[in-house]
Amino acid sequence: MIQFADAFAWLVDPANWPGPNGITARILEHLWYCLLALVLALVIAMPAGLYIGHTGKGRALAIGLTGALRALPSLGLLTLLAVTMSLGLRLAIVPSTIVLAILAIPPLLAAAYSGVEAVDPDVVDGARASGLNEWQIVGRVEVPLAAPLLVGGLRSAVLQVIATATLSAFLGLGGLGRFILDGQAVADYTRMLGGAILVIALALILDGGILLLQRWLVPSGVSIALGTGRLEGR
Amino acid sequence: MSPQFTRRALIGFTAVAALAAGCSNADPMATSSPSATTGASETAAATTITVGSARFPEAEIIAELYAQTLEADGITVKRNMQIGARETYIAAIKDGSVDLLPEYTGNLLQFWDPKTTAKSPEDVLSQLRDNTPEGLRVLDPSSAEDKDSWVVTSDFSSKNKVTSLADLSTFGGKLRLAGNPELAERPYGPKGLTDIYGVPAANISFTPIDDGGGPLTVQALVDGDVDLADIYSTTPAIAENNFVVLEDPLNMIVSQQVFALASEKVPASADERLNAVSKALTTDDLIAMNARNQGDEKASPSTIAADWLKEKGLI
Amino acid sequence: MRFDWVADNMGQILMMSWAHVQVSVLPIFLSLLIAVPIAWWAHRQKSARRVLVPISGVLYALPSLPLFVLLPVVLGTRILDPLNLVVALTLYGVALLVRTAVDAFDSVGRIIRDDALAIGHSPRQVFWRVALPLAGPPLLAGTRVVSASTLSLVSVGALIGVPSLGYFFTNGYQRGFPTEIMVGVIGTVVLAVIFDVIIVVAGRLLLPWVRATDRRRG
Repeated sequence: MIQFADAFAWLVDPANWPGPNGITARILEHLWYCLLALVLALVIAMPAGLYIGHTGKGRALAIGLTGALRALPSLGLLTLLAVTMSLGLRLAIVPSTIVLAILAIPPLLAAAYSGVEAVDPDVVDGARASGLNEWQIVGRVEVPLAAPLLVGGLRSAVLQVIATATLSAFLGLGGLGRFILDGQAVADYTRMLGGAILVIALALILDGGILLLQRWLVPSGVSIALGTGRLEGR
Repeated sequence: MSPQFTRRALIGFTAVAALAAGCSNADPMATSSPSATTGASETAAATTITVGSARFPEAEIIAELYAQTLEADGITVKRNMQIGARETYIAAIKDGSVDLLPEYTGNLLQFWDPKTTAKSPEDVLSQLRDNTPEGLRVLDPSSAEDKDSWVVTSDFSSKNKVTSLADLSTFGGKLRLAGNPELAERPYGPKGLTDIYGVPAANISFTPIDDGGGPLTVQALVDGDVDLADIYSTTPAIAENNFVVLEDPLNMIVSQQVFALASEKVPASADERLNAVSKALTTDDLIAMNARNQGDEKASPSTIAADWLKEKGLI
Repeated sequence: MRFDWVADNMGQILMMSWAHVQVSVLPIFLSLLIAVPIAWWAHRQKSARRVLVPISGVLYALPSLPLFVLLPVVLGTRILDPLNLVVALTLYGVALLVRTAVDAFDSVGRIIRDDALAIGHSPRQVFWRVALPLAGPPLLAGTRVVSASTLSLVSVGALIGVPSLGYFFTNGYQRGFPTEIMVGVIGTVVLAVIFDVIIVVAGRLLLPWVRATDRRRG
């Protein structure tokens, strides 16, 4: 418990916050790495997931692929890409972003296709009958109705990416992993624990933020309708 | 269906539990050498010695030399290689997780006594023995040395007329450094450049790279992403890339002889043979072994160690 | 890929794979054993759920390296004790499974449970004879995810000196040797597939009615 007291003292010490190696800079770096990876993952997983969910094609492939991606060890992938791409220190962000995106793709993809699949087929048929084209059905009917599941997928992707971005420090990058790796190298448990607390806090704040955003964006009718729909379905 | 489920579940759980328990008792890392016939004492044969190493390739190679020597002596050896930085593996030998480690005299002395002023190999060794905690013993040091060394590219050296750490104090611009994370706290790291060679701390930035002076550190230097990198003096990449090793006229980096650090569990009867290994080992041997390990051959530490020991007639 | 290197180092590869398996088996098993009762409790008590489900979310946000390093301090274990890794991986496994298991029990539904109670089953019988068997398929799916993530996380133990396939990551990285890292990655995936097959087969033996449901679902 003394360790925790030290770590909190380290966190609230104003001397540890400013500067290029300070906590503020490390948090911003950490967020930047995560943002890059999440954007990349969303760009890949969302269209693919919506397509699979809407057409029902490639579902088996997607399940197999997400399973395989989950089994890939992040540390191995990170070192492998760093060694084979040999982009050096300046572009170490490239292997780091790829590894984090690979981590984020399975939950996003699964949420997208299962969310769209869960939409009542009668609703989709109704939309089609009232003259909406396929794009409009996806955009105006399926995505809004799948929103709660999509947000769920985003939340678990964010949690994993924030926690794993600590490994990026292994390639000489910054981020909150710096406190953890550098602390470990010199057995400075205070700094290490402080870094870990920051990572958890960041994850929780972002998670809470996404939840608030969801309440604000998703029409209340949708979540209620979907909620009851799920219960009846079972 | 339900009672059947319960019964099957119980059988399944018991089986998995037994499997798991069996797994955690079995010890795959232990290797005993069946051919051992040399005069090992009974107590030595009964104990298992765990040999560990720091997390960089050379440390594992030297650890293999010691491990195979012990095995030739009839001792059962368990391996726990590439543990981490000094803070971790020294804690491990103190709490009995490992019993024998290869170490380097100067760095270990500075670790235990950061204020030491010892420079010569003799002073370093005697102070090291004075500072060694109870329960651990420092075996005879080798003439083989592997030092941390600050290197620059030949371009940087000729352009800025820098061949020595002493030239850095008059170097006007920013100095970008790279090395293992723990270097940030070491007396021969950025702090040493400021305290001993007078480089203003404001002019120094340090990028930690976690590969023990390996390929990424080398590449950062070649790419010009950093100006100075700490690369161990026995690394083949120094010669391959024509790097300039900066001289250290003030002996910031002290004598770094290889030796075996042993706990009480290592029988005293093994000391003689371990010392013989250290005695036969030279700096050139280290460079040659690192080249086999890191160069195209990518030979494993155990193969390299076995070849060397046989060549020297030590096993 | 240097296959000659793979052949020359097969002994070490197998040794590290076995070490990897040893550290992984117990956490997967323990996660299931711990998460199911926790989830049952959370399923039955709203107040417990309000605390337990978010806590499992927080656990999953824990970065692995500091957890591995700090556990010896907390547990009083030795610094290289594989037990540290086992405890940490179990925590992650429980975190993953609790949410899945709560959902699984929820899906069994209050009505079925009440019916079972009404026809004279005791609450204990309801759990063993109704809820657990019906929640079996999602629990099995959850265990498969735990297995894959455990096997992948074990390799981070290389950073704290616990032998596993992760050794090939750090060592290959230090030597700039892709083949060695690839061996570690492929080895981990192969182990994940083997574990997955074992879990699926064990699931079929334990839950013989699952196959029928699967087929019906198409």
